[in-house]
Amino acid sequence: MTRWALLAAVLLAGCGESTYPPRTIAGADPAHGLAVIERVGCAACHAIPGVDWPRGRAGPSLDGFGVSPLIAGRLPNRPDVLTAWLLDPPSLAPGTAMPPSPLTEAEARDVAAYLYTLDDR
Amino acid sequence: MTADRAPEGIAGWPPPALDPAGPFAGPLNVLAWVLFAMGAAVLLVVLVALGLAVFGPRRWRARLGGERLVWIGGLAFPVVVLSALLVYGLGLTSNLTQEPAPGEMRVRVTGEMWWWRVAYLDGQGREVLQDANEVHIPVGRPVVLELDSADVIHSLWIPRLSGKVDMIPGRRNLMRVQADAPGAYGGQCAEYCGGPHALMGLVVVAHAPAEFEAWRTRQSTAAVTATLASPGARVFAASGCGACHTVAGTAFNGLAGPDLSHVGSRRTLGAGILPNNHGTMAGWISDSQAIKPGNRMPAYPVLTGQELRDVSAWLESLK
Repeated sequence: MTRWALLAAVLLAGCGESTYPPRTIAGADPAHGLAVIERVGCAACHAIPGVDWPRGRAGPSLDGFGVSPLIAGRLPNRPDVLTAWLLDPPSLAPGTAMPPSPLTEAEARDVAAYLYTLDDR
Repeated sequence: MTADRAPEGIAGWPPPALDPAGPFAGPLNVLAWVLFAMGAAVLLVVLVALGLAVFGPRRWRARLGGERLVWIGGLAFPVVVLSALLVYGLGLTSNLTQEPAPGEMRVRVTGEMWWWRVAYLDGQGREVLQDANEVHIPVGRPVVLELDSADVIHSLWIPRLSGKVDMIPGRRNLMRVQADAPGAYGGQCAEYCGGPHALMGLVVVAHAPAEFEAWRTRQSTAAVTATLASPGARVFAASGCGACHTVAGTAFNGLAGPDLSHVGSRRTLGAGILPNNHGTMAGWISDSQAIKPGNRMPAYPVLTGQELRDVSAWLESLK
């Protein structure tokens, strides 16, 4: 019995591991990020886990954003890129519908930290 | 959505009905507590009588079963107490719905499915200013709201400033409000009016007197950016937005939807439900049906990302 359990443990050890290193932002506060998201109204365009209403459809759903490889389908999903994206999307992707958000850099980092908690696996 | 997360317009849950912020909400608060206390006292008396009737000594039970108690406790007592409360309540609230006195500020608020048309009136009842979904008042002065409806029955409720007064098509109902301190007071429709009724919010903004005059001056002149030169204004024109919306100083003069002459200075979008900024404006224009299902503004999937940013930037610039 113990042997089988051991075998199962060895076999399963390869599963469920993140494809990407965990994305964290030192010093940022995900809970405050969620409060900022609600104050700014990001959900007018995005379905965001943790926000019941609205669940806008103009932008992509952010469910699983923390483990998705790209921002807006074209930029690497890294903390520094995401923070810059939140502050001024058109500078990184001309033609995007997402305008600059009324955020300070610290707030943008908190929002990014919250988005990195969104794991839909 | 919890109260601390609610946008400014919606009054939140539970509504702050027991937290009056002006002299016309105060008496209603007193009346509510008096009625609650009287109800509690009567309930107590009834429960004691019930206990005695079931478990009490024989002598008490006989007395409680007599005809005399029915006449006194069942008829005389309620008639006296309820009449006294009615007279007290009517006296306490009689000044809330009186006709406006000469010189009193008047604002017409018309309920629409599912937003509020707002017009500031002069002494003769003529419209001098149009706005939507926000009522600006000076602090410390009574303001008469003249309530009407353009379609179905709505009800205006600003919990910290007033009770609920129905808005009935073809009728002019009156409501007096006054705020004692500057600030924003949330309101909402309190009579189910179909579809997104729950997302029909209003903001009352109380200003210090000098600030109020400055607001009125600003509101009376077209926004300086209301020109057709910017790309956003061209998108607005090309998309036909002016068929439903008015922008003062331009040829856009539609009346079906809210006046947008100074939409950039509003606190909320979508009738008190979203914060107002460049992003929420773009999201609302792109697909307001995802945000407020059933509202009468269609989604605009024909606009490109660039056009959405341009038109929302232009609207945000209309301060």
